[in-house]
Amino acid sequence: MEKRYVKERLRRSMMFVPGNNPGMITDARIYGADSIMFDLEDSVAYTEKDTARFLVHNALKTLDFGQKEIVVRINDLSSGLGVQDLEAIIPAGVHVVRLPKTDSAQDVIDCEREIARIEAKHGIPVGATGMMAAIESSGGVLSAREIAHASDRLIGVALGAEDYVTDLRTTRADGTELLFARSMILNAARSAGIAALDTVYSDVNNEEGFLAEVSLIRKLGFDGKSVINPRQIGILHKALLPSEKDLKKAYAVMEAIAEANAKGSGVASLNGKMIDRPVVTRAQRLIALFEAYTAKEEDEEE
Amino acid sequence: MQLKKTAVAGTMESGDIMITIDPKESGGITLDLSSNVMQQFGRQIEAVIRETLAGLGVEHAEVSAVDKGALDCTVRARASAAAFRAAERSDYQWEAK
Repeated sequence: MEKRYVKERLRRSMMFVPGNNPGMITDARIYGADSIMFDLEDSVAYTEKDTARFLVHNALKTLDFGQKEIVVRINDLSSGLGVQDLEAIIPAGVHVVRLPKTDSAQDVIDCEREIARIEAKHGIPVGATGMMAAIESSGGVLSAREIAHASDRLIGVALGAEDYVTDLRTTRADGTELLFARSMILNAARSAGIAALDTVYSDVNNEEGFLAEVSLIRKLGFDGKSVINPRQIGILHKALLPSEKDLKKAYAVMEAIAEANAKGSGVASLNGKMIDRPVVTRAQRLIALFEAYTAKEEDEEE
Repeated sequence: MQLKKTAVAGTMESGDIMITIDPKESGGITLDLSSNVMQQFGRQIEAVIRETLAGLGVEHAEVSAVDKGALDCTVRARASAAAFRAAERSDYQWEAK
């Protein structure tokens, strides 16, 4: 079956684009985000849900977004709006559906059932559309593992921090308040073999604060984060680059592996130390990050 | 599609088009379009609006549209949304790509 999504891919930046703003939808591809997330939820007024659905539906069918991953954030199913969102976007060719306010595995299963029904109705192979789950409550955080394992369609789990800190009766600060949630979500994602995606940083004028947050989530192991302003994308991608020292070592590791392979030896070593599998995996990941950053993406050159 | 009331969709923001549809009993579709790219794209915008309304089975209506540089897909989206609103209907017929 041909899938519309790729499970493993670069997701350093996932940019939110308000679903009822044609100018921003049209320009979305030029900013260099790895994924574009058209939003039908919080950025769209209740009275404009219908017009936003028409807009996103027609944009997805018509516009060329190059190699970008196209995500649509729907409204949660309990609002009664989520299924209507799915009816509009699944036939239009969305790659990944972002489910907000995921509190339990059942939320994922319920959404998947609706997606499958709509795919079948339109003759789209059932299973073609991917999903990601945003966790935004204490209950969701505590169920992160079950959520991350709830469907084969899931490409990742994300933290939605604004609702979460309100639920905890705290506010966004230096990251201490999110440490438990981030750790839960990260471990849940890794145990399911999918991406861990961090929340937005809303203070777009505070570059220092943004960089501190990126540094923290990078150390924790996150793949990337949501962004709300295109200005954050370049800063984010640069901050996620490996250091020169780590990069040199990564290339040295890959060279040693290539040499060992050429000699027909199953064991590679570097500076007298055997190279373990995790070292190779890490080296490959760093090189992929670096090459993605340096690659001249056609999209951005236009 | 039977229109029941006046309805609007879209905004005056750049890249958008605001379309107002008034029901009429007869006389086909009359269209009053203003656009900042009237010279180059006026005919194309009008064609997309007429084609969208015809596709929805809207036969008689007074349409006014203020375009701020909308792409065809935006014009189609706004015309469809305005028509469904004017008909007070929500049984959208989403078609696969």
